[in-house]
Amino acid sequence: MRQQLPLAIILVIGVFMALQYFVPHESSEFVYEWSLDWVIIIGVFAMALGLWSMFVVHYTKIQKKSSGWGFSVIAILGLLYMLIAGGIWGIEEGTPFMDFFWYVYTPIQATMFALLAFYIASAAYRAFRVRTILSTILLVAALLLMFRLIPIGPLSGPIQELDRWILGVPNLAAKRAIIIGVGLGIVATAVKVVLGIERSYLGKD
Amino acid sequence: MAFYEKLMGLDRRWVYLCVGIAVLIPFFIPFDVPVYTTPEVKAVYDFMESLKEGDVLFLAIDYDPNAMAELHPTATVMMRQAFSKNVKLVISALSQNGPGMAEQLIAQISKEYGKKSGVDYCYLGYKPYPGIVILAMGQNFRIPFPSDYYGVPLDSLPMMKNIKNYDDVKAVIDVTGTNAIDYWLVNGNARYKVKLAAAVTGVMAADYYPYLQSGQLFGLLSGLKGASEYEVLANQKGFAFSGMRIQTVAHIVVTLFIVIGNIGFFMARAGKRRS
Repeated sequence: MRQQLPLAIILVIGVFMALQYFVPHESSEFVYEWSLDWVIIIGVFAMALGLWSMFVVHYTKIQKKSSGWGFSVIAILGLLYMLIAGGIWGIEEGTPFMDFFWYVYTPIQATMFALLAFYIASAAYRAFRVRTILSTILLVAALLLMFRLIPIGPLSGPIQELDRWILGVPNLAAKRAIIIGVGLGIVATAVKVVLGIERSYLGKD
Repeated sequence: MAFYEKLMGLDRRWVYLCVGIAVLIPFFIPFDVPVYTTPEVKAVYDFMESLKEGDVLFLAIDYDPNAMAELHPTATVMMRQAFSKNVKLVISALSQNGPGMAEQLIAQISKEYGKKSGVDYCYLGYKPYPGIVILAMGQNFRIPFPSDYYGVPLDSLPMMKNIKNYDDVKAVIDVTGTNAIDYWLVNGNARYKVKLAAAVTGVMAADYYPYLQSGQLFGLLSGLKGASEYEVLANQKGFAFSGMRIQTVAHIVVTLFIVIGNIGFFMARAGKRRS
């Protein structure tokens, strides 16, 4: 029963939702809207679960004094501060919630991302080598795309055109093949889930 | 130690130092970098210019502080352009830290143009799971957002009286550093046929050219360069235009390092052959 009930629910809802897409009737739309409400409600519960899980993980780390437990203290304090500040003073511009967001969180995240420039420069210096024909093609394409951003006088126009060709022809062909492959994979997985062939989401029991 | 050996074994801290200097110098010494406009950026600009007073545009602010340098200028100039033409905006923020970005923009730009919440714009705010939210908004904005970001019911906002779903907006422009654009493409454009354009980070741009060619996106702005092109077109040169000189010098330095690395590589190979 523990296995059959979820499988039956998935089968009924999966088949219904697939058919609903092709039925533009009012009652079908009503059920669709109703089901969207439910998905959002379930999603909010999942978020609450994630919040609780995060709290438990960090609390356990602090209790056991595991390595880096100090960071867990900061994580929990940050979580509590944002919950309390947002709950009491609101989340509009100029509130303690937004001050924390702008003056603590934003610089931290922006700094982390900005560091990438240094790593990319170092990685490009070490990795972009003309070893084989394929690596040469990769290097030339990368350089051309970088030149797109660098003004080099009369050459800028033709380079822009060449870059548009790289992005619009070989890049497009490769990306489209990947996208179609991924799309077919998603359809296959969805069919397997609806028919009960793929059951890993039910857990081990 | 041979020169090429030194070149090959160059300490990464020298690379970091050079990049740091390359970023700092143009930051303090202003100079202009010519910006070439691409058709995919011009398409978005032309569309925005074609909007008439009272038209409704959906602006999706789906980026976090890490992509702020690249995308905030785009969102800023687009919001200014819309408000200057008295175009009404429905704004959402479907990435976790997007609401802060959008709220700051709205607070600043609505003040500049004297625009009022609920009358000239409606800020819906954030709801988790962008795919589901975008799908639900296709039916009715009120399903995921019964109230706006400030807790005012959508039905009580004068602007939202005749706005139900994507059928009532001229287009959606997604300014994003996340995969929210994938959901907009699949759940917004493919399912509900909403006209869609995107402004994405530089590293994301190559992924979305197929959608530009297929017509699913009518325009695409790529990172800081796209933003600077838009600023030039809108005659609002700002952060992106000035940021381009820093990005240009940084790119020149990275290119030089690649060239130097390859010179060292060839010299080392020639040295090995000789020995």
